[in-house]
This record gives sequence, structure tokens and C-alpha cells, in this order.
Amino acid sequence: MGEALLIRAAGLEKRFGSRSVFRPLSFDVSARGALVVTGPNGSGKTTLLRMLVGLAAPTRGTLDVALDRGRIGYVGHEPILYRELTALENLDLFGRLYRVPERRERIGMLLERFGLWEARAERVGTYSRGMTQRLALCRALLHEPDLLVLDEPHSALDDDGATLLDAELVSLAGSSALVVATHEPARLEALATQRLVLERA
Amino acid sequence: MTAYLADVAALARKDLKLELRARDTLPAMLLFVLSTLVVFHFALPADAGEDAAYGLLWVALVFTALLGLARAWVAEREAGALDGLVLAPSDRSAIWLGKSLATLAFLVAAELVALPAFVVFFAPLDASALVGVVLASIGICAVGSLVSAMAAAARGREVLLPLLFLPLAIPLVVGGVGASISPDPGTYLVFLGLYDAVFAILSWAAFEYVVTE
Amino acid sequence: MSITKPSLTVLAWGAAALTTLAAVMIFALAPEDADQGFSQKIFYVHVPIALTAYACFGLGAWKAYRLLATRGERYDLESYTGVHLGTIFGVLTLVTGAIWAKASWGVWWTWSSNQLVLFLVLFLFYCAYFMLRFSVEPGARRERISAVYALFGVALIPVSFFAIRLANDFIHPTVFTREGPQMTGEMFAAFCVSWASITLLAYVMYRVELAGKRIDANLRDLREALQP
Repeated sequence: MGEALLIRAAGLEKRFGSRSVFRPLSFDVSARGALVVTGPNGSGKTTLLRMLVGLAAPTRGTLDVALDRGRIGYVGHEPILYRELTALENLDLFGRLYRVPERRERIGMLLERFGLWEARAERVGTYSRGMTQRLALCRALLHEPDLLVLDEPHSALDDDGATLLDAELVSLAGSSALVVATHEPARLEALATQRLVLERA
Repeated sequence: MTAYLADVAALARKDLKLELRARDTLPAMLLFVLSTLVVFHFALPADAGEDAAYGLLWVALVFTALLGLARAWVAEREAGALDGLVLAPSDRSAIWLGKSLATLAFLVAAELVALPAFVVFFAPLDASALVGVVLASIGICAVGSLVSAMAAAARGREVLLPLLFLPLAIPLVVGGVGASISPDPGTYLVFLGLYDAVFAILSWAAFEYVVTE
Repeated sequence: MSITKPSLTVLAWGAAALTTLAAVMIFALAPEDADQGFSQKIFYVHVPIALTAYACFGLGAWKAYRLLATRGERYDLESYTGVHLGTIFGVLTLVTGAIWAKASWGVWWTWSSNQLVLFLVLFLFYCAYFMLRFSVEPGARRERISAVYALFGVALIPVSFFAIRLANDFIHPTVFTREGPQMTGEMFAAFCVSWASITLLAYVMYRVELAGKRIDANLRDLREALQP
């Protein structure tokens, strides 16, 4: 008897106009599974991940994600932060919108864990790319999501950040589902329970 | 319900904070409305009646509002923040309401400068004219925030926003000018109230569909 | 085509026949109006065209609502076609209205005709619909945004109408007025037949345009599927 299936995709297709992004996809992810998505540029990794979190709707096929959107954490290509606000203000806003209990403590803990505590009162616009990505990860983890969806998270991180992320993923692997699109599948080899290779349509 | 209002408040506060830091939209609106009023002085012939001036006041207000509306969603577009707001478990209509309230605050701030300037340059404004300004401003921000979000999803958005907004603003201009110059302003004020009710409800309900797939 | 729905060819012939009948009735049967003379006959065309435009905008909005409520694939093209036809008939309303104004009062345009001004505002609004539609990438987002805008359109129709009526109170009072035609029996019959013919014509145009668009879409899909 397997675990509950969190994500079920069957014949999944996405078209922009008449152009199909990838061949029809079918896959499942269980509640504690870790799906690693690889494929060349333009094969639709970002599109697939956006569909999983609900930012894009499939053109054909079915996609069932057995979670409310408040239980999903997402880091895409954009950091999804306000540059003119500080790290604290950004996390406070998203903490409110996601109804995070004990918001301040959780924010402090995450900032500390990702090495951003010192820079917490500075505007995100002054951050380096690596710091911004780390803050984006804090934002995604703020509400302890049951599903974490990451789109090439390592590419914007410096070495320290990447180490922190890997450690975080390892600690999450047992309790949350993970979907990670990456150009470096080797990094995630240990915790991947499934692999999906996308091809251009 | 309180959670909804708390979301709206958090979002509106965020916009006010952003404007306080960046200080790019509000000063532009203030300067624009003053410049426009001065241009209108030169555009009006010497024997134009007072009524013409009221018409021009409304043109100035609508175009100043457009300036503010054009910048309404820029911060969200910059770092993909709109995705973050849409993904949150809060109601999507709260995004619209928070944005409308913040835009209304900026428009009212611009009017606090524009209206005294108008009185000094052109003609007096009575209570019904002022109530008309308030009611029309609400309608402008309600509809404008939604339409601005539509334009934000499109190419050529700077040009598209006025095209989408102006036909919808025509009834507001009629209501506003009527409240200023008609001997029976009550009708026009009621009309403005109705416009606000209809289009605010419509925008509130439809916003979800504009920002999601 | 299902058996219950009349085929498009039948409808097209029906529309042609009805239009011919309407023309005969307008020119031969209905008497000339006492005040306006021959030019009043434009009324038989102008008013049904305006009513049909409203109906098309309403159809576009209804299909838009269905799209938002059910996410059905067919509604986007149906809504777009409705709005497109409505715009065409709206332009025709303005043109026939201008002709009528010129024939009646010697001017091509007057702000005192509330319906004409309303159509001008709607023309601006729905032109922006097309600009909006062609500025957004095709896809679910575009469908939804177009649908919301189409719904705003029908809300705008009554609101604008009242606004224009209110505006005419303090703008220069109306110079030109037109009495509603005192319609005799024959005039009324001609009007009804004309209205029916234009409505049928609009429906045929709707079906033809929709079929054309669907064929285009299917062709694109086929090309896409056959590409290596």
C-alpha cells in the first residue's frame, strides 16, 4: 500500500497559441516523494512547475494537486519579492497573507538559517543575487509547505547558499513533497524518488 | 471577514510604504495636475465661461489618475511579486481592493493640491462639486485598478491603458461635471454613486479572472 | 450539423429572401412619412441594426460569462465573434445614423441623438477590446481577460446611456429633435420584417464567422500535430 498521491498528472499538455511546449506528460508524486525534473532549455520545465503551483492552467489533460494553494511553496525564476521593501517587511507581508502562526519567530528563524539576519532591515534591492534567492527560499518555506516546488534553485545561489539549500532539502525530504527542476540532477540524486526528463514537443 | 480585511490592509499598507520609499508616482501626479491646469489657462479663450473650466478640471483629474494607474502594478511586475500575491491563500479580490485603496489615497493626495489650485486659478467649488470629486475618484480607482491589471498582462501596456480606461471614465466625467455646474447636482451625485456600486462590485468579482489562468 | 438545427445554407437563403421582402415592403408598401419624407425610410434599417448590435454585444457577454463559469473551450471564439459582429453592426449604426442625420437636418453628426452618442462610446470601448485581445499572448489568460472586458461592456451600455442623457441636460440643449414615427400598420409591418431579416442575417454571419474561425484553429492544430 503506497503513500497517498499528492500530484497526479495524465496526458498533461500546455499550448501557447498553437505551439505545444512539451509532449503529453503523465506522472504521479506521493506525499513524501521528491520529483527531479530535467531537460534542455525550452523543454517546458518552468511551464510545468507553474502548472503544478496553479499559476498556469493545462491546455489538455488532467492535473490533480491534492493541496490548497496555501500549502504550497514556490521559488520560480523571479524572486517574487518587493525590491523596495526590506527582507523583514517582505516576509512579514507574505507571512500575513499565508496566515503563518508565530510569524515573527518563524521569520527570524528562517533569516538566521539562511544567513540573512544581519541584512534583515536592508532593502531587497540592495541584495546580491545569491542573497535574493536565499530570501526567496525563506519566503517559500515560511508557511511550512506540504509541497515545495523549486525552479532551478541552485543557479542563482552562491556556494554557501547552495550548501544551505541542500541541507534544507535533505531535512525536508521525509516530511514534505518536493518537485525540483534543475540542470544539476547529481546534487539531488540522493533524495530523488522519481525523475522526469522533459523533451521539446 | 476580518482576515479578508486584514489582508486588504496589509496590501494597501505595502503600496503606501513602497510609494513612500520610491517617491516616484505621487510627486509626478502632483506636478502633472498643476502643469495641466496651467496649460488649460492658455488653452481657454478669454471669454470662455466658468463651465468650461469645470470641464477641464475633470479632464485634468482623469489624466492625472491615468498617470497613477499606469504605475499601479509596476512593483508587482518587477520581481514577479504578483505571482506571490496570487499564490497566497488569501482571496484574489483582496489584491484588487488593497490596490484600489492605495491608488485612491494617491489620487486624493493629488486632488488636495489640484482642487485648491483650481479654485485659485479658475472658479470656486461648492460642496456638491467636492462630493462629486470624491465619488468619481472611487469609481476611477475601482475600475482603473482592474483595467490596469489587464493592461499589465499585455504588450504595449502604456498605450493600452488609456484606451481601455477612457470609455469607462466617460460616465464619471459626466457625473463630475454635472455635480459642479448643474443647478440640480443631486441627480449627478446619485448617478456617480450608482456607477461606483455597479463597477466596484463588477471589478471586485472579476479581478480573480484577470490574474489567473 | 444536427438534424434539428437548420443547415447554414437554408438559413442563408432564408436571410436573403427575408431581406428582399423587407426591401420591397420598405420601398413599395410603407407610406412616406409626413414630416421627413423619403429619408425617413432609413429608420427601417437604422433601428434594427442598432438593436442587432445590442443583441450581439449581449451574446458576446453571455458567452464570456459561460467561459468564466465553465472554462469550456468553445466559448472564447463564440464570445469574440459576438463582440466582433456587434462592433460591425455598431459601425453600421453610426453610418446609417449619420446618413439619416444628414438627410433630416443637413449635418453628419449631432450630439443630441442619445443613441448615436452611445454607439460612439461603445465603438471606442469595443475597439479597445480588439486592441486588448491582440496585445495579449493567446492562451487561457487572454481568454479570461477578453471575457471580463466583454462583460464590462454590457454593464457600460446602460450606464453610458444614462450618462449621455444626463449630459444633454447641461450641455447645449438639444437642437434637433425627432418625433418617434407615428407608425401605421404597414409601417409597423415593414419594420418588423426588416428587423427579422437583419436579425437572421446577423445570425447567419455569426455562424459563418464562427465556422471560419474554428476551421482556422483546427488547421493550426493539424499543422502543429503533423510537424516532426
